[in-house]
Amino acid sequence: MPEAGLLAILPMNEIVFFLNKVVIAGFIIGSVYALGAVGVTLIFGILRFAHFPHGDMMTAGAFAALVLMWTFPGAGAAVGLPTAFVLMPIAMAVTALFAVALDRTFYRPMRKAGVKPVVMVMTSIGVMLMMQGLLRLFAGTGTRQLYVDTDAKDIYRIPLGGRDLVITEPQLLLFATTIVAVVALHLFLTRSRMGKAMRAVSDNPDLARVSGISIDHVVRTTWLIAGALAAAGGTLLALDVTLKPDLSYNIILPVFAAAIVGGVGQPYGAIAGGLLVGFSETLAVFNWSVLLRPLRPYLPEFIEIPAKLAFVPTEYKIVVPFFILVAVLIWRPTGIFKGRVNT
Amino acid sequence: MSPSLREAGLFAGLALLVAGIFAWLGAAYGVRMLAEAACYAIIALGLTIQWGYAGLFNVGLMGFVAIAAFTTVLVSFPVNDAFWQGDGPLMLGQAALTLAIGVAVTVLLSKSTRIGLPKGLRTALTLVAAAITYLAVQGQLDPAAALIEREAGFVGGLGLPVWLGWVAGGLVAGLLGWAMGRITLGLRADYMAIATLGIAEIVKAFLKNADWLTRGTLTVSPLPWPVPTPQELGFVASRSAYLAVTAVMIVVLYVLLERAWHSPWGRMMRAIRDNEVSAAAMGKDINRRRLEMFIVGNFIIGLGGAALITFTTIFDPSSFAPLNHTFLIWVMVILGGAGNNLGTIFGALLVYVIWIMSEPVALFLFTSAEHWGERAFGWQAPDDLYTRALQMRVFVIGLTITLVLRFAPKGLLPEKVVKYD
Repeated sequence: MPEAGLLAILPMNEIVFFLNKVVIAGFIIGSVYALGAVGVTLIFGILRFAHFPHGDMMTAGAFAALVLMWTFPGAGAAVGLPTAFVLMPIAMAVTALFAVALDRTFYRPMRKAGVKPVVMVMTSIGVMLMMQGLLRLFAGTGTRQLYVDTDAKDIYRIPLGGRDLVITEPQLLLFATTIVAVVALHLFLTRSRMGKAMRAVSDNPDLARVSGISIDHVVRTTWLIAGALAAAGGTLLALDVTLKPDLSYNIILPVFAAAIVGGVGQPYGAIAGGLLVGFSETLAVFNWSVLLRPLRPYLPEFIEIPAKLAFVPTEYKIVVPFFILVAVLIWRPTGIFKGRVNT
Repeated sequence: MSPSLREAGLFAGLALLVAGIFAWLGAAYGVRMLAEAACYAIIALGLTIQWGYAGLFNVGLMGFVAIAAFTTVLVSFPVNDAFWQGDGPLMLGQAALTLAIGVAVTVLLSKSTRIGLPKGLRTALTLVAAAITYLAVQGQLDPAAALIEREAGFVGGLGLPVWLGWVAGGLVAGLLGWAMGRITLGLRADYMAIATLGIAEIVKAFLKNADWLTRGTLTVSPLPWPVPTPQELGFVASRSAYLAVTAVMIVVLYVLLERAWHSPWGRMMRAIRDNEVSAAAMGKDINRRRLEMFIVGNFIIGLGGAALITFTTIFDPSSFAPLNHTFLIWVMVILGGAGNNLGTIFGALLVYVIWIMSEPVALFLFTSAEHWGERAFGWQAPDDLYTRALQMRVFVIGLTITLVLRFAPKGLLPEKVVKYD
C-alpha cells in the first residue's frame, strides 16, 4: 500500500508527539480561553468595560461544581460520565445567577450614577480582589481534584504507528461542550429576539433604547450567558488538570488577549482569538528540536541541532498572550474581526 | 467644615493613632512603620499624578516598583569579583552587541518603505529580522547565564552610592513607562489597564527566572542603605535617619507637584482629564501630554519603590505581590483623595497603618472564631487557617475600593477645584 510506504518514511513518533503537545494541548487551553473570552467580549460590547473578575468567576464556577459533587457524589456513576461534568449545568446556572447578583450589587449602582468607564473597571478590580479573598478564605490555596472515587478518568490511546495519540475523556467533553456552546450561542444571537436585541445594544445603545429594547433585560441576559460560560470553562479546565483557587491572573490575561485579538464585542472573534492564543502558547513553548532531529541525515554537517529549541522557556508562558495583545494593539487595535469598541 | 479645618482634624487624628502605636509597640516598631509608610506615600504621589491629574489607569505599579528595585540592586549592591574575573562579562557583551545590531537592523527595516519597498514586504522582513535577533540573542545569552550561575552565582552590583541607584531605578521605571505609554495611550483606558497588568506580570516572571541577573528565588540581601545601618547605630536611630531621608523626598516632591498643579501645565492636564474632546479642540496634543504624565508618574513610583525595597534590605522577586504593591496603593490614593497631594499622603499613612495593624486583628478574629466554633459545634478548623485569615485582607481591600468608589468617589480630602469668576 502506498500509504504504508509513506507512513514508514514519515517520522511518526515525532509527529504524534507534536500533535499531542501542540495541537491537542492548544485546542484544549484554547477552548477554555474561548469560553471565558466570549463572556468578556459580550460584557465589553454591551456594558463597555473590561470585566477583571472573569477569571475568578471561572474558578468560582468550578468550585460550585466541586460543592455539588460533594453533595451528590453518585450522579456521575449513574450516567457513566465524570460526576462534576454531569452536575455542570447546575453549576452553570448557579454561577449565572451569581453573575446577575454581582451586577445588581456592584455594577448597576455605578451605571445608574453614570460614572466613567474607567471607574467601572476599577470597581470590577475591587470585585476581583473580593472574590479572590473569599475563594482563598474558603478553599485555601492548595490544589484539588474535581473527581470522586467512582469516576474513571478514561484515557484513549490511538495508535498511529510509533507513539500513541493520547486524549482523555475530560478533553473530549471539553471539545464537545465548546462546540455545543458555540453553536447554541450562534443560534441565540442570530435567531432569537433577545439575541438580536443584544447585538443591537452592542452596535448602538441609544438607537436600541429608542426602538424599545429593554436595556435591563439585555444586561441581565449578558450576565447570565457570561456567567454560565465562565462556569463551564472553569469546570472543564479543572476536570482536565486540577482545581486551583489562585488561577486569576494566569487565566484573565490570555482571556483578555483572546477577546481583544478577536475584536471586542465579537463573540465569534473571541472563539477564534481563544484558539489563536491557545495555539500560540503551545507552539511557543514547544521544543522544536524534536521535529528537527529526524531531519539530521539530510542537513549539512555544520548545522547542529540544539537540545532545546523553544521560542519561549516554559516559565515565561504568560508572556505569550501579552505579546499577542501588544502586537494586535499596535497593528490592528480593532482586532482581527473588527470589533467596534476601539476609542 | 472648611477644607483646612478638615485637613487639620484628619492629620491630628492620624497623629494620635501613630502616637498610640508608638506607646503600645515601642519606638523601633513605630519608626519602622512610619518609614515604610513614607515610601508608600512616595509611590502614592506618583500614582496620584497619573490618576488624579491625568486620569491614567495604571494597575501595573508592581512591575514598575520591581524593575526600579532591581535597578537599585544592580547599581548599588557591592561588586561581585567572581563575575568580573570570569568570562561572563565578555559573553554578556557579545549578547548585548548582537542585540544592538539586531535591533538596529529591525528598526531600519521597519522604515524601509521610505526607500520604496512595499508595505507587506516591509512587515514580513521586519518580523523575520526580529525573530532572528531574538533567537540569536537567546542563543548567546543561555550559555552566558549558565556560566555565570555556575561560577559566580549572579552578576552582583556596581557598588555605587544608593541614592544613585534610586535615581537610576526611577529612570528605568520611567523608560518602561515610556514604552508602555507609546503602545497604550492612544487606546481606551481598559486596554491600558490590561497592558499594565500584563507588563507587571512579565517583569515579575523575568526577575524571578533570570537567576544569573537577580539570583531569582535565592534573593539578594542585605541591600546597602543610604544612611548608617541598624548594626552601626541601633534600630531607632538608623530607622529615624532613613525616615528623615524619605520625609525630605516627600516634602520636595510635594512642593514640586503642588507647583505643577497650579501651573498652566497642571491646568491643561486637568482639562484633558475632564474633557478630552474640548482639550483636543483647543489644540492640545493629548497623547503626548499623557505620555509625559505617565513617565513622570512612573519615575516617582520607581523612586518610592526603590526606597521601599532598600528599606526592607532584601530583594526578593517573588515578594512583588499585586496586593501589597498595586492595590494597597490604589486604596491609599482613592481613599485619601485623588488629585489632592496632601490627601494622598494622608491616605498613604492611614491605609498603611491600618494595613499593618490588620494582620494581628485578623489573626485575633480568626483565633476567637476557631475557639468559639470548636466549643459551640465541635468545628475542626483547617490547618492553614492563619494563611487563610490573611487572605481576608484581600477581601477588605477589594471591598474598600468598591465602597469608596460608590459612596465617596472624591476621597477623604477631595481635590480642590479652583473657581475663577
